[in-house]
Amino acid sequence: MATSTLDTSVSANKKQANDVFESPDFYQIDDLLTEEHKLIRSSIRSFVKKEISPIIEDYAQRAAFPQHLVKKFGEIGAFGPTIPAEYGGGGLDYIAYGLIMQEIERGDSGMRSTASVQGSLVMYPIYAFGSEEQRKKYLPKLASGEWLGCFGLTEPDFGSNPAGMLTTIKDAGDYYLLNGSKMWISNSPMADVAVVWAKNEDGRIRGVIVERGMEGFSTPEIHNKWSLRASCTGELVFDNVKIPKANLLPNIDGLKGPLKCLDSARYGIAWGALGAAMDCYDSARRYAMERIQFDKPIASFQLIQKKLAEMLTEITKAQLVCWRLGMLKNEGKATTTQISLAKRNNVEMALHIAREARQIHGGMGITGEYSIMRHMMNLESVITYEGTHDIHLLILGNEITGIPAFK
Amino acid sequence: MKILVCITHVPDTTTKISFTDNNTKLNKAGVQFITGPYDDYALSRAIELKEASGGTVTVLNVGLAETEPTIRKALAVGADDAIRVNAEPTDAFFVATQIASIAKQNTYDLILMGRESIDFNSGQVHGLVGEMLGIPSVSPVMKLDIEGTTAKLSREIEGGKEQLEVSLPLVAGCQEPIAEWKIPNMRGIMTARTKPLKVVEPTGKEELTTVTKYELPAPKGACKMIPAEEAEKLITLLRTEAKVL
Repeated sequence: MATSTLDTSVSANKKQANDVFESPDFYQIDDLLTEEHKLIRSSIRSFVKKEISPIIEDYAQRAAFPQHLVKKFGEIGAFGPTIPAEYGGGGLDYIAYGLIMQEIERGDSGMRSTASVQGSLVMYPIYAFGSEEQRKKYLPKLASGEWLGCFGLTEPDFGSNPAGMLTTIKDAGDYYLLNGSKMWISNSPMADVAVVWAKNEDGRIRGVIVERGMEGFSTPEIHNKWSLRASCTGELVFDNVKIPKANLLPNIDGLKGPLKCLDSARYGIAWGALGAAMDCYDSARRYAMERIQFDKPIASFQLIQKKLAEMLTEITKAQLVCWRLGMLKNEGKATTTQISLAKRNNVEMALHIAREARQIHGGMGITGEYSIMRHMMNLESVITYEGTHDIHLLILGNEITGIPAFK
Repeated sequence: MKILVCITHVPDTTTKISFTDNNTKLNKAGVQFITGPYDDYALSRAIELKEASGGTVTVLNVGLAETEPTIRKALAVGADDAIRVNAEPTDAFFVATQIASIAKQNTYDLILMGRESIDFNSGQVHGLVGEMLGIPSVSPVMKLDIEGTTAKLSREIEGGKEQLEVSLPLVAGCQEPIAEWKIPNMRGIMTARTKPLKVVEPTGKEELTTVTKYELPAPKGACKMIPAEEAEKLITLLRTEAKVL
């Protein structure tokens, strides 16, 4: 009988045989998910194993953005999964969104950043604050990956204090005139569309949609990053850019606009960081079982077991935080401070696990043979962007005491 | 063109197998189930044929309610509707009888399935279905194109390949590289929610086989290295330990 080459001993998909990731589920949290959630997770995991894992190390080493993935993210449905289907989104709930972010960041934080920015920071504000014309014009193309978007809030001198921004829009009759600059903008060098926040004549923060090709608009790239190397990061520079009046987001006024976008993105980061932590843990566990020293696997040593046991404990706690926060999001009850707690806790947890996993991998841990060092360096950005680690403490401090320490 | 794709719901290929009920049943506790990998190739090719020249794809599974996540996945990949025959798939004859019964009620142009399941690997169902319906069946099919009412196939045979032309309707047992596995996208998963999944009761429960006992293969022993100059020792060990001489 002729034989098939299907190798059933390693993996269901021989192309993915190198990436053997499995996620831990110590508290049977899968029982809290629907069959549809599990199918979403397994589909995105297969996508990451097929499209991201085989190429990401090379792109990160070369500090190049895998632009061909933008369309593929669109096809799989990673852009705007919670946006209703009539605008090209997935019409899924927030647990689904979280699982998608977890799986993509399990592959790479930079790739998750690309998807987060597109979904939470570009599509979400256009959907939530935009006119029907704006929704119809932009959302389907952003969902499909035909267009890439970016989000301009942070400025060179205004990071943790966005209310101090200097970028302005002025009413010039037939159009608005946009001036200023934005810094540390994920996707900016490749973006077709930017959602930009600027102050009007009354000092109110308003959102506008800026399109590539508008005169006076440029997007210089930021080079020499040691983190998120496979993600493109840049500036947005506006020199008397004429913005059509139809490009103003009509249904939002004030800092709460960008902050609501950040709530959505930070929620995704809480899940994403969990994915990066799971990848580090899974890799460290496998390595510890295989690596022989003193004639036995290093997993036999108490200090290695301590590291693995602590990792699993922290991952399990973070999973429960994410799941509960997702249920609150689904009910429309998740608060900014609850999201701050999750983002801050999970990113620190992931960074700590990456460092411990790096030690378990010994010298191999610093090479590109394993994902650990890439995750660790990526997470240094993740702990800083979308509200720094310290700012989230102050948000929680304000919640506890009623006294804002950041003013 | 109407295509029927028969899928199995089988333990993931990395499952550690154990048994219950006095070694007569698979222990399903903690086992991850997947679509049979060969069936997945058949499904992917069916979706490609539909996308290229229209028609419908119906998925069929013989299984209890526990298989519905696997059926929903097939719908998410692009099948239009699904039928579940509500019964434990006890053996190849029983499963083939159910498939033939559904096929007689619906007249399909193409009936695709994997070359074999990966749990019991009997590899008999496609042949049985072909016989029961009185139509050709071919396996293992590595390439499948449709031109009018003719299927052009490439089949793997011992030491080579066979090119065939077969009139529709046809049953094919598929394997790679007939198509690439498809990963369901998020919109597909959402639309699968509302696609019809009909549950029907089995026809004639004729049990031709019963399982008396399962056994796992003996664990692999450690490898012993014998230096070439000690060939006599090797022969002794083959006699006394391995007992193959």
